[in-house]
Amino acid sequence: MRTLAARRRHPAATALLLLMALLVTGAAYTALAPDRADATAAPTVEGATGDVDRGQELFLANCATCHGLQAQGGTAGPSLIGVGAAAVDFQVATGRMPLAQQAPQAPQKPRVFSDQDVADLAAYVASFAPGPAIPEPGQVEVLDDPEDIAAGGELFRINCAMCHNVVGAGGALTQGKYAPSLEGVEGRHIYEAMQTGPQSMPVFNDDNITPEEKQQIISYLDNVQSTPSPGGWSLGSIGPVTEGLFVWVGAMVLLIGCAVWLGAKSS
Amino acid sequence: MSTTGTNAYTPTSRTARLSAGAADYLDERIGAARLVKGFARKVFPDHWSFMLGEVALYSFVILLISGTFLTLFYVPSMTLVEYEGSYAPMYGVTMSEAYASSLNLSFDIRGGLLMRQVHHWSALIFVAAIVVHMLRVFFTGAFRKPREFNWVLGVILAVLALAEGFTGYSLPDDLLSGNGLRIIEGVILAIPVVGTYIVFFLFGGEFPGESIIPRLYILHVFVLPGLILAVIALHLALVVAHKHTQYPGPGRTNDNVVGFPLLPVYAAKAGGFFFIVFGVIILISGLVSINAIWNYGPYDPSPISAGTQPDWYIGFVDGLLRLMPGQPEFTIAGFTLSLNVFLPSLVVPGLMVVALLAYPFLEQWVTGDKREHHLLDRPRNAPVRTGIGVMAIVSYCVMWAAAGNDLMAIAFGLSINDLTWLLRFAFFVLPPVAFVVTKRICLSLQRKDRELALHGHETGRVVRTADGEYFEVHEPLSETERWVLVQHEAYRPLAIPPKKHEDGRKVPAHERLRANLSNFFFEDRVEPVTPRELEAARHHGDHEAIEQPEGREAERRELGSSV
Repeated sequence: MRTLAARRRHPAATALLLLMALLVTGAAYTALAPDRADATAAPTVEGATGDVDRGQELFLANCATCHGLQAQGGTAGPSLIGVGAAAVDFQVATGRMPLAQQAPQAPQKPRVFSDQDVADLAAYVASFAPGPAIPEPGQVEVLDDPEDIAAGGELFRINCAMCHNVVGAGGALTQGKYAPSLEGVEGRHIYEAMQTGPQSMPVFNDDNITPEEKQQIISYLDNVQSTPSPGGWSLGSIGPVTEGLFVWVGAMVLLIGCAVWLGAKSS
Repeated sequence: MSTTGTNAYTPTSRTARLSAGAADYLDERIGAARLVKGFARKVFPDHWSFMLGEVALYSFVILLISGTFLTLFYVPSMTLVEYEGSYAPMYGVTMSEAYASSLNLSFDIRGGLLMRQVHHWSALIFVAAIVVHMLRVFFTGAFRKPREFNWVLGVILAVLALAEGFTGYSLPDDLLSGNGLRIIEGVILAIPVVGTYIVFFLFGGEFPGESIIPRLYILHVFVLPGLILAVIALHLALVVAHKHTQYPGPGRTNDNVVGFPLLPVYAAKAGGFFFIVFGVIILISGLVSINAIWNYGPYDPSPISAGTQPDWYIGFVDGLLRLMPGQPEFTIAGFTLSLNVFLPSLVVPGLMVVALLAYPFLEQWVTGDKREHHLLDRPRNAPVRTGIGVMAIVSYCVMWAAAGNDLMAIAFGLSINDLTWLLRFAFFVLPPVAFVVTKRICLSLQRKDRELALHGHETGRVVRTADGEYFEVHEPLSETERWVLVQHEAYRPLAIPPKKHEDGRKVPAHERLRANLSNFFFEDRVEPVTPRELEAARHHGDHEAIEQPEGREAERRELGSSV
């Protein structure tokens, strides 16, 4: 100690002390700071494993115009930092992105990217910051226990039906936006939509609707869509409006036609 | 009847003897002969448009039959149970007994789903047929004296039908019907001062409570159908008493009825038509799904689904609510006055019913015509009335369309906000346009009729005379054709009186109003062809205009009797 104390006025002492403080702070930060996004566990889409570098190439060529070269967003498109692989898979694999034109809402349309492309893009976007991952196939498997289906139905009516209609036929929102029909939508995409809240849809995170409940909702939708309509032609399952239309253009026209026919027979 | 009069009928075969015996038995006890004589020979005119009311009557009969079946299994109770039926997506869900029994009717009772669909489709057809029948009566002027009260009864029937329909719509206690009731609750709450009290009495406390389903049930299966049956009986009794109206035609006058007797012609025809209506309803119910209650789940006041609409006949009220801007809601001394709900849901529909009830009396007051009318008008010969009718149809359709604004927005890729604004403007702009266009079309058709009556059909044969003049040969109409074109009469507008009589007495305001309305109705008119004009046209066969002589009224009658 004496040697240390003797040299405390050494011209290098201040510099050394500062260096040590910096080293300690750096080491403490490294030990305590949250992990960086784990880009090594690349997302897989339909068995295709994502490649970050190829994803970057695709991103720069197809997405950067609106979302920015660093995916930082701009006036034409939102930032993609932290949206996760799930959002990319939902938007790109259902054909919503890339956008064909500026419109109230991105419509579902034939997709332009292969499964491999989607996986690459998802891997690249997921490498910016942590975000919801693409669900495992087991998480979106359809359950066939009636209790799960019934529970899914209740959850759907409480959380989804106000926009998507009771059996997912879709519905209107303000200013030309809409909740799309869920007919024939893959379970994976329904799951991702709930997790990421695309367009006007709210986010239903895992605290709000647990992964098991999400699976029940997917199972309910699968059940009502795969069961034939018990009452005959369903008229689109959108409620009394099409029924009223049918009464006038179908039933009343037929009945008045019969009356005209009977009236013509007499004279 | 069992006397041995000289010309008494003696049955020969065994069957004839038996039926004669039975008829005799009935006649001696209930006077069947008088009834049969009176009714069997009753004559009804024949036209397809006279069968529209029958569609309503027959669908009501089908409603009674299918409804009785449903009451055997439906449980009007809001007690909560756990569903244990065979529809998997509802397994174990807690629901009211009403909804559970409706699901059982659909999935576990043989023929139950068909019966539910028959009942619901016939309800929609019942109201639609009432509307179509009402339009026929309106446009042909069949509501004129002596039938004003029967028109009023018809309007009452239509209102009762709406109430009956709505109470039925609410019974399954699914999410759709529960939300319908929630809107009704809101509508009643919007009634100033008494609204909240009425809601508490109706629902037995806070919405939804546990009383509303049993209460609606007794209204739906007992009170309202009883009232409807009673009013139908009166409605038909008046038809028999007044005799049926007929369209103008040769041999048809204001004092006769040309047609076929009830027995055997109409009994067979009407009976056959019943089975046609029944057949069409069964066909539709077997093929097309209606009110898939299993999709909606049990009622719960928290969720609501997109596409929640009432059945078509209540649609206009829903549409009015959607059209109405939200601003006119005021808070006065701590009390909320929701004119944004009260006006569209109660005031406007109320005014519509009042207008329907008042129209026959209004028109009679304006024309001052107190004569009986048993011959129907051709709609073109009453241009203003027809214009008013089309105007009413158009405004109804705008309200109706507004009820489906969300679905139209999706189907046509529009913004629901823009569409609502478009319909708000249409609500005020389209009806007057429809009135003017319809009136003009009627007047043009009348001019065409006039042309046709005077000059006959164009033949397309162009003839050159020796002088080199060209003309097209017209073929004269047959007497039958011409009669229809010339038989009607045109009212003249009243002269508008000055504000004061010459002696200084004031002219009552209602007299001036009446004269103004009369001008509104009859200022633009096309005079019917007079016999003198016809005669002139027939003799000269030329196109020169003919002055209208005095006393055309008397001549017209002369013409009428000669045909």
